[in-house]
Amino acid sequence: MGQTLLDKVWDAHTVRELPNGQSQLFIGLHLVHEVTSPQAFQMLAERGLSVRYPGLTFATVDHIIPTDGSTRPYVDGMAEQMFVAIERNIEQTGIPFFDRSTGRQGIVHVIGPELGLTQPGMTIACGDSHTSTHGAFGAIAFGIGTSQVRDVLATQTISVAKPQCRRITVDGKLADGVFAKDVILAIIGRLGVQGGVGYAYEYAGDVFDAMSMDERMTVCNMSIEGGARVGYVNPDETAYAYLQGREYAPKGDDFDSARHWWSDVASDADATYDDQVDIAGESIAPMVTWGVNPGQVLGVDELIPSPEAVEGLERRSIEDALDHMKLTPGAPIAGTPIDVAFVGSCTNSRISDLREAARVAEGGRVPAHVKALVVPGSQQVKTEAEAEGLDDIFRAAGFEWRDAGCSMCLAMNPDKLVNDQVCASSSNRNFKGRQGSPLGRTLLMSPAMVAAAAVAGEVTDVRALAAG
Amino acid sequence: MTDDGRITHVAGTGVPVRGNDIDTDRIIPARYLREITFETLGPHAFEDERRQLNGKHPFDDARFTGASVLVVNRNFGSGSSREHAPQALMRRGIKAIVGEGFAEIFFGNCTTIGIPCLTLPATQIESLQSLIEEAPETALAIDVGRGAITAGQATYQAELPAPVREAFVSGEWDALSSLLESDDAISAVHDRLPYIAGWSAR
Ligand code: SF4
Repeated sequence: MGQTLLDKVWDAHTVRELPNGQSQLFIGLHLVHEVTSPQAFQMLAERGLSVRYPGLTFATVDHIIPTDGSTRPYVDGMAEQMFVAIERNIEQTGIPFFDRSTGRQGIVHVIGPELGLTQPGMTIACGDSHTSTHGAFGAIAFGIGTSQVRDVLATQTISVAKPQCRRITVDGKLADGVFAKDVILAIIGRLGVQGGVGYAYEYAGDVFDAMSMDERMTVCNMSIEGGARVGYVNPDETAYAYLQGREYAPKGDDFDSARHWWSDVASDADATYDDQVDIAGESIAPMVTWGVNPGQVLGVDELIPSPEAVEGLERRSIEDALDHMKLTPGAPIAGTPIDVAFVGSCTNSRISDLREAARVAEGGRVPAHVKALVVPGSQQVKTEAEAEGLDDIFRAAGFEWRDAGCSMCLAMNPDKLVNDQVCASSSNRNFKGRQGSPLGRTLLMSPAMVAAAAVAGEVTDVRALAAG
Repeated sequence: MTDDGRITHVAGTGVPVRGNDIDTDRIIPARYLREITFETLGPHAFEDERRQLNGKHPFDDARFTGASVLVVNRNFGSGSSREHAPQALMRRGIKAIVGEGFAEIFFGNCTTIGIPCLTLPATQIESLQSLIEEAPETALAIDVGRGAITAGQATYQAELPAPVREAFVSGEWDALSSLLESDDAISAVHDRLPYIAGWSAR
């Protein structure tokens, strides 16, 4: 009987079955950022333990870093303290560190792939739920808590239960103006924000086959928003071509050996799955969230739902969401005025995202009352975008052009919504308070749709712009 | 918890926090992730919601002061992997959580720091929440090994995956000690993975 990639990678990395019934899983690549690591290093020290394989952990700074050009020491004393902590921990442990001076700093889920650290068949962990992003390469990648960051540092392993596997097949072709972001939002809309709990999602079918690595990363990134800790696409020529020549990717003969191993870990044609879901690519429209979780989502041409349609706690959830969002049931979501537009985050801050946003923004003008910002995912993305002149396009259209970081995705740095501002955002979470103001309102959408909303000052169907 | 770390029983009073899909950003806002220690997080649990509800959040309701069992609905703890969320609840005095369902990373984080998360069907959660709201002084007792919850006269049979239950009862919920035992086996996996050992060795 055939095996899935999940089965094969899990077997290759299992150290043993633990007395608690879970697997002791070896972590081939561990990524660390400034926010979820200081307590882990502290716990390690308290137990008198050292880092077992410092060469298998890589660190960067992304969450709290200012993107407005400010330099050290940061005016924000707590941010400065976090930087001092990670620098001290790095120095004491010898973990490789990509800070701004290296030119390779960026959001951890952008730089891992970009540097060729992320490879097929690996297990990858990071104290960050969007670690699922790396599954785009056919890795089993997932977020862990800080105590588990400690476990990985001390043993390079964690205790974890093997998930079940659900294959999500999207066949056919996407319409113009429909992007990877819309595909994953449609999947979450269909299966719900808790539908993936206990599952790994394997994305298969024509639509994912045709996607670039950037697009596959967008999809896998938001697996966790559907409740699935792990999401992956089987590795193929697109993945190998992406990896070729990257700094940490195998070179020469090694690359050929690696390719064989990588293709062997892909799911077998006769693999069995615990569940299967099929979606037609043609059925997906540009998506926009209307509520306070990513499953509260609809097509841009649809109407805001009405709580009357459902009963019980679910009805309360909708009422509560509409109340927070100050949206009218039954009204179209298109035309909703916005105050802020944010292109960025580990979901959509790669070069192809910026190109799509720039294509829509070019020649337009952001109205004076809208604040629009573009935050590249990494220093390398920034450099590449500038070489192509994207920064000029954005600036000419009235967008701010920033340094790399998480920025307004979670607003731990100075970029925050104010009061009940509405933000069209290419990020991944529309939770209450997520963008820095408890009353802030987030509408998730693709980067092209964010650019369209920025220029129009309201939620706009990007397909209409393309046609016009 | 006993001295040897075994968590077999949790007893105390309850506090219901109603709502589906309560994410970890709501449990602890990101600004508190700027702390480099977990110790100070307790008072900030649910801070933004509490501020908006102006004293009406269950965590500010004097009737629930000192509660150690949190009773929640579906998909509690979704979103961010921040361990700060269960850490804040724990430092606020929460020792066990009973809910209709939990997000996976949150559930794992709770287990690792010694907070059992037990599940009950939606209707029983509703009844337990109402019972606590009506009589906040009701004594709750959780037998972790049997998954049995008593609330005054009422009893509920909750679910907890067998391995997790075993981990609490045996005192091995913090996996690090077991992980450290497999020293040679860890090296063996390290040495056989081609992307670490080297591709030419294949
Ligand atoms: S961009 Fe947002 S979601 Fe991604 S790692 Fe940063 S804070 Fe987390």
